Amino acid sequence: MKIYRIHALICAGAQCLAAGGNGFEDALKEELKKHDLTEEVNIVETGCMGSCQLGPLMVVYPEGVIYTKVKPDDAKEIVEEHFLKGRPVKRLLWKQEEKQFPTLNDVPFFAKQTKIVLRNCGIINPEDITEYIAQGGYEALAKAITEMTREDVIKVVKDSGLRGRGGAGFPTGLKWELAYKQNSDTKYIICNADEGDPGAYMDRSVLEGDPHSVLEGMAIAGYAVGAQKGYIYIRAEYPLAIKRLEIAIKQARASGLLGKNILGTNFSFDIELRMGAGAFVCGEETALINSIEGKRGEPRKKPPFPVEKGVFGKPTVINNVETLANIPVIIEKGASFFRKFGTEKSPGTKVFALAGKVNITGLVEVPLGTSLRTIVFDIGGGIPEGHTFKAAQTGGPSGGVIPAEHLDVPMDYENLPQLGTIMGSGGLIIMDETSCMVDVAKFFLKFTVDESCGKCTPCREGTRQMLNILEKITTGNGTMEDLDRLERLGNIIKLTSLCGLGQTAPNPVLSTLRYFRDEYIAHIKDKRCPSNVCSMKGEKNERKVLNRRLA
Amino acid sequence: MEAKNFPAVDMEIRKWGAKPESLIQVLHGTQEALGYLPKEVLVYISEKLNIPLSKVYGVVTFYNFFKLTKDADHVIMTCMGTACYVKGGEAVLNALCEKLGIKPNEITKDGKFAVRIVRCLGCCGLAPAIAVDGKDIYGKLTPEKAIEILERYM
Repeated sequence: MKIYRIHALICAGAQCLAAGGNGFEDALKEELKKHDLTEEVNIVETGCMGSCQLGPLMVVYPEGVIYTKVKPDDAKEIVEEHFLKGRPVKRLLWKQEEKQFPTLNDVPFFAKQTKIVLRNCGIINPEDITEYIAQGGYEALAKAITEMTREDVIKVVKDSGLRGRGGAGFPTGLKWELAYKQNSDTKYIICNADEGDPGAYMDRSVLEGDPHSVLEGMAIAGYAVGAQKGYIYIRAEYPLAIKRLEIAIKQARASGLLGKNILGTNFSFDIELRMGAGAFVCGEETALINSIEGKRGEPRKKPPFPVEKGVFGKPTVINNVETLANIPVIIEKGASFFRKFGTEKSPGTKVFALAGKVNITGLVEVPLGTSLRTIVFDIGGGIPEGHTFKAAQTGGPSGGVIPAEHLDVPMDYENLPQLGTIMGSGGLIIMDETSCMVDVAKFFLKFTVDESCGKCTPCREGTRQMLNILEKITTGNGTMEDLDRLERLGNIIKLTSLCGLGQTAPNPVLSTLRYFRDEYIAHIKDKRCPSNVCSMKGEKNERKVLNRRLA
Repeated sequence: MEAKNFPAVDMEIRKWGAKPESLIQVLHGTQEALGYLPKEVLVYISEKLNIPLSKVYGVVTFYNFFKLTKDADHVIMTCMGTACYVKGGEAVLNALCEKLGIKPNEITKDGKFAVRIVRCLGCCGLAPAIAVDGKDIYGKLTPEKAIEILERYM
C-alpha cells in the first residue's frame, strides 16, 4: 500500500458538485503536478460531508483541517502554504460568529453529532469497495452468514430496537421475523429509496456517500428472512446516487459479496436497481410494489401486508435506506452497543436534513431523543441575524409543525406524535417570523393534491376541498366556519383514506391550526397576513414578491 | 395497427426482458434514446411486452417523468421543495417565466425553453435552486442571478 503524507478529502456530494467542486479539484490536481506533490498528496472524492451550504468542502488529514467554499483560485495558496509549508490557509477555515475553527473536531456542527448511519459518508471514496472494506465493511455480512443462524440475526435486530427510518417507525426485527415465518421458496428484500418528501435528502446522501452499507444491510436481511433477491427502488431524480449504486453492485459482485455462494457459503443473494418515474405515492410500500411490477403506482389495500404477499405475490421485506445502513453496525457491534444511543423506545440515531431559515443547513445525525433546540441552535448555529425561530416542520407533507414553546421536545417516535406531528423520514425545515403558517399549510396541501394518485375518494376529492378553503382564507375571503370545516374534513380524510399518503395529508393543516390558529383568524377577520406573505384582497402581488426578496 | 421497427426499444427489451414487469424500465430507456414517447413507440412496446395499449398509456400518464410530446431544448427545473419555497423559490420561478413569456410548465413558442416546477432537487443547502437540463444545478439564487443563468443558455 502506498503511504501518503497528506490525504485531501474533497466532498463530491451532489450539492458540493453543484457549488463548483469539480473545478476546484481540477485546479488542485494541476497545482500538485506543478509542485511535484502527486506522490505525497492523495486526493479522495468522498460522499456528502453534511454542511452542504458551505460547500464545496475539503478536509485535509492528518490534522483534519476543514476548508469551506473553496474555489479554483484557492488551490495555489492551499498547496503552497498548507501542503508545502504546513500553514493552513486561515481565510478559508470554518467561521462562525467571528470565531475560526481550524479542524473538523472543533466545529460545533460536527462535534455535536453522533455518526452511525453516516459513519463513512465524507470519509471514504464511495466508488471504491476496498475503502469500504478497509473501514470494516462487509465484516457484519461475513459474521452473519458464517457464525450466526438466521434466527440469531433476527434476534439481534429485534433486541436492538431498531425502528423503520422511513417514517412510520415499525420495528425492523419484527418485520423480518414475520417474513422469515412465511413458508415460501421465493422471498424479496426491497430497499425503498424513493425519497420524495420535499426538503429531505438523507437517503440520497447515504446512497451517494456510502452505497455499500445499504447493499450489506440488504444482504444480511436476505440471509435472515430467506430471500435470494433484492431490489433497490430509487427515484429517477437522483442520477448520481444511481451511478454510484451501479458501481457498488458491480464491485460487490466481482468481490464475491453479492451473487451466488457468497463468501463460499451456500447463501446466494443478488440486487437489482429499479428506477421510479416521478410519482411521490410510490414511496408508499404497496404502491412501490405495483411500480416494481411495471404498473401504475397505486396503493393496494392492506392486509395482506407485503411480508405476506408483496412483490410478484411473494413475501417481501421493504426497508428504508437509512434503516438498512444501520444493520451492519448492529450485527457487528451488537444490540447493546446500538442501545447506548437514543432512548429506551427509540434507540439509535436519526439523520435529519436541516434546511430553511437556519445558519448552517445540511445533514445532521443525532441520537434519537435529542432536543429540537440542540439541533437548531447548537448544531445549526441558530436563526440568521435579526430573525427569530417560529416553527420547525417535520415529516414533510405528512407531518406538522413544532412551535417555539416546544423547542425542548426530545425528537423521537413517542414525543412527536403527541405534538401532532411525526418523525417522518427526516426533513427538518426551520421557519422564522417571515413564514406564514397558513401559506405553509397550503404549500403542503398543494403538494398532496398534485401527488394524490386518485384511487380513493377521500384523498382525491377531500384534499382538493381543503385546498379550496385554504385558497379562500389566504385571499381574504375566508369565514370562521371554514376553520371548523377544515378540521372536520381533515379528520375524515385521515380516517378513511386508503394509504399513508391520504391518511397523513391533512396533518400540515391540522397541526398549524392547533398552534397558529391566530394566524388563520387574522387572515379571516382582519383580512391581513401577519407575515406579509399571502396577497390578500386589494394587495398587489408585487408586494408579496418584494417581501420574499427582502426575506 | 402495423408497428414499425424501433431498434432503441428492442435494445431496452433485450436488456430488461420481454415481460410485463419490464414496462417502466423500458419506457425509461426509450425516452432517454428518443427524447419522448411517440404513439407508434407505445404501440410497439405494447405488442412486444404483451400489455394492452390502454395499460401502457395508463402507466405513461401516471408518472410525471414520461413525456408524450417532444420536450423543449432546455428544461429549467425550478425547485419548489419546502426549503426553496421558504427561501424565495417562487420569486425565482416568476422571474424566469416573465423573462420567457410563459407560464410554469409551458414551452416557449420556438420550442427552446420550458420552465417546470419540481418538488425538491435535494439541494436544500443551496436553496433556492434550479436544475437546467437535468444536470446543471445552480443554487443560492436571486431572481437576477436566475436570469443571468438563463441568458447563458439563450
